[in-house]
Amino acid sequence: MSGTLLEVDDLRVNFPTRTGLVQAVRGVSFSLGRERLGIVGESGSGKSQTGRAIMGLTPPQAEVTAKKLAFDGIDLLAAPARQRRALRGKRIAMILQDPKYSLDPVMSIGRQIVETLRTHEKVGKAEARDRALAMLEAVQIRDPARVFDLHPHEVSGGMGQRAMIAMMLIAGPEMMIADEPTSALDVTVQLDVLGILDKLVSERGMGLIFISHDLRLVSSFCDRVIVMYAGKVVEQLKASELRDAQHPYTRGLLNCMPRIGFERHPLPVLDRKPEWAA
Amino acid sequence: MSAETIQTRRDWLLSDRPASRMQARLGRAYVAWRRFSANRLAFVGLLIIIGLLVVAAFADVLAPYSPTIGDLKGSRLLAPSAAHWFGTDDLGRDIYSRIIYGSRWTLYVVILVAVIAAPIGLLVGTVAGYAGGWTDAILMRITDIFLAFPKLILALAFVAALGPGIENAVLAIAITSWPPYARIARAETLTVRNSDYIKAVQLMGASPFRIVLRHIMPLCISSLIIRVTLDMAGIILTAAGLGFLGLGAQPPLPEWGAMIASGRRFVLDQWWVAGAPGFAILIVSLGFNLLGDGLRDALDPRSGDQ
Amino acid sequence: MNAALSIDGLEVVFDRFRALKGVSLEVKSGDSYGLVGESGSGKSTLLKAIAGLAPAASGTIAVNGKTLGTRRDKAFYREVQMVFQDPYGSLHPRQTVDRLLQEPLAIHGFADGEKRIQRALDEVGLGTGFRFRYAHQLSGGQRQRVAIARALILEPSILLLDEPTSALDASVQAEVLNLLEEIRRRRKLTFLMVSHDLAIVTHMCERLMVMQNGEAVENLTASQLIGHRVTKDYTRNLLRASEGFVRG
Repeated sequence: MSGTLLEVDDLRVNFPTRTGLVQAVRGVSFSLGRERLGIVGESGSGKSQTGRAIMGLTPPQAEVTAKKLAFDGIDLLAAPARQRRALRGKRIAMILQDPKYSLDPVMSIGRQIVETLRTHEKVGKAEARDRALAMLEAVQIRDPARVFDLHPHEVSGGMGQRAMIAMMLIAGPEMMIADEPTSALDVTVQLDVLGILDKLVSERGMGLIFISHDLRLVSSFCDRVIVMYAGKVVEQLKASELRDAQHPYTRGLLNCMPRIGFERHPLPVLDRKPEWAA
Repeated sequence: MSAETIQTRRDWLLSDRPASRMQARLGRAYVAWRRFSANRLAFVGLLIIIGLLVVAAFADVLAPYSPTIGDLKGSRLLAPSAAHWFGTDDLGRDIYSRIIYGSRWTLYVVILVAVIAAPIGLLVGTVAGYAGGWTDAILMRITDIFLAFPKLILALAFVAALGPGIENAVLAIAITSWPPYARIARAETLTVRNSDYIKAVQLMGASPFRIVLRHIMPLCISSLIIRVTLDMAGIILTAAGLGFLGLGAQPPLPEWGAMIASGRRFVLDQWWVAGAPGFAILIVSLGFNLLGDGLRDALDPRSGDQ
Repeated sequence: MNAALSIDGLEVVFDRFRALKGVSLEVKSGDSYGLVGESGSGKSTLLKAIAGLAPAASGTIAVNGKTLGTRRDKAFYREVQMVFQDPYGSLHPRQTVDRLLQEPLAIHGFADGEKRIQRALDEVGLGTGFRFRYAHQLSGGQRQRVAIARALILEPSILLLDEPTSALDASVQAEVLNLLEEIRRRRKLTFLMVSHDLAIVTHMCERLMVMQNGEAVENLTASQLIGHRVTKDYTRNLLRASEGFVRG
């Protein structure tokens, strides 16, 4: 791959607790170009902690180590806090599951987008407003001028998530981490939001890390899929080759979901082997 | 006991799959205790309170002199010395002995107030919170009326109506201290009342009475215990205040507040007469406050093990 | 076969907001019936109205041929039980599994409690090792099994299931769905199941109703849905959405 954006080698995230060390991420390695990469796993697989560690949003009591964690050649773990903050938002963006918790409830949506833009770029007020409106339009909000003045609680979940995407993309990041961006949304809205995300990512040539528990959704959206289990990567494969997955965990995960038109009673269940976690 | 048996006992308590009701309960208590004892200051508070209990229980043994009969001829207003550790008061009574006997009255007040006020507050709060509507409005307006008056003034009014004396002081303090408990219990009830686990019990066909008593009250109790413990210092001070104003314990009862009141006439020359009981109140209040803080960390349902 | 559950023109109003606008349906005894829709469709409200947790403004609900009044009596709760969506919120945080299961028995005055608790725990695949644990000592799937055991302990004939697996991981979801199917077969239960996931509903139910904005969109059998023989655009949209993302 020509333009490698992110390189992760042997990433580990440990949480010291009273009962001992909890190893959330145990040696994850991958690289990301200008592509859509999916990270899939069940709860506790370490997929979200991987995303947070890259963003630098790991809780302070945790230890993050890696042989290499570099974004565009910048060593993220060695970078001073100020440089990381500047990267965050400007060149790396993150979308979380529920927009209700990630948008400021007392500031209008438009102002939040303008603020985000103005912290990363020197632009005049009028220009910032114009660009924010254009961004809202880009995420297919029909009446941007009206939504601009609304507060987060006045919009629906789908609208809030679009506003969140607009806010994250306004500074023109090169890489985006989306952690379950559509899990809180209705299925039909979910596809709209994914469509918008897909279009923006490919138009701007961004790298995307899409974190989700839904293997089937991820494989229909991403180019490549990483499957995580108990803090480790058990399989890395092209999304189009998912059906030929080798690891029994990946296959089990694919199989155990009910599908319309494929009647299986009872559903096959996952027989967890201890050696998967070894 | 060898280290090994301690280890297995701990494992038994912390077991993920308790084999009996008793083990589950003990395990839960043990976890709370570990969290509590990890807090040094809370432990100090607990030691102070245990000390108070011991002193009150063994007052007869510990006190060198009678608390009520003094030597008027030879030992009025003596400064602290080897014979009288905290000195003597204007009637020649040993202050050290009086403080030791006074601990009984302090405990008496604190326990009675807690036993009267906390259940009233709990009942009013949970019923108001769970029933809602008119019941809630009426109960809460009554609570507001009580809360609208400063506590000491209201207690004063009650004592004035009931007549001075330590029993009436206790009653007056209890009557004035339940409203905050009712507020806490109601707030707690409102947060759990619409939860699925309460709905599940409703779906079992449980009566509202049963739901409040068996499912909601246990959830309010820990925050109430914390609040009551933290309030203990205030209760002691209010009782002392009433004693000081002559409306609480009557002479010659060795109640700490009343002792300060009688000592205030010579506070500049014989400071120990008022100073010693004042210091005792300070220590015990501090003990309850530290204990309450520790309990908050150990019992708070919002932290840790849920 | 007669109707286990028949609902006619049911309306539910919350502060002037009409959450349900006259919904009718009939579930035959021993059937499994699904309610599908997105948030705000009124599918959960319908379950709550049956259980007596949401007030019916008008319309009738009949269980096993008996029309219900505004107050539910104890006999009703022995016929109808419910499993909630969030396994983390539906178990009392200060009670052991044992205590949770004992409560319904105490309310209804059953004497053979010990035996019933054992049986209920065995039936949901937990065994006695879990009996004295608190909710925080259980995983999401185990909690949902306890919730199912609690619903079964009064031996109801109708089980209301409110998205019972949407908070669970896919592999755990499969286990819980299998368990529910097995219990239904063994006990000859009637299911009324709410879900936003068409695949789950077609897997679990023979008949289903698609709902939107508090109204029924259409009634279908599972095979109609599988064969894409649907008449309404909304249902078609849902079907398309359930097939995953398609690059436009």
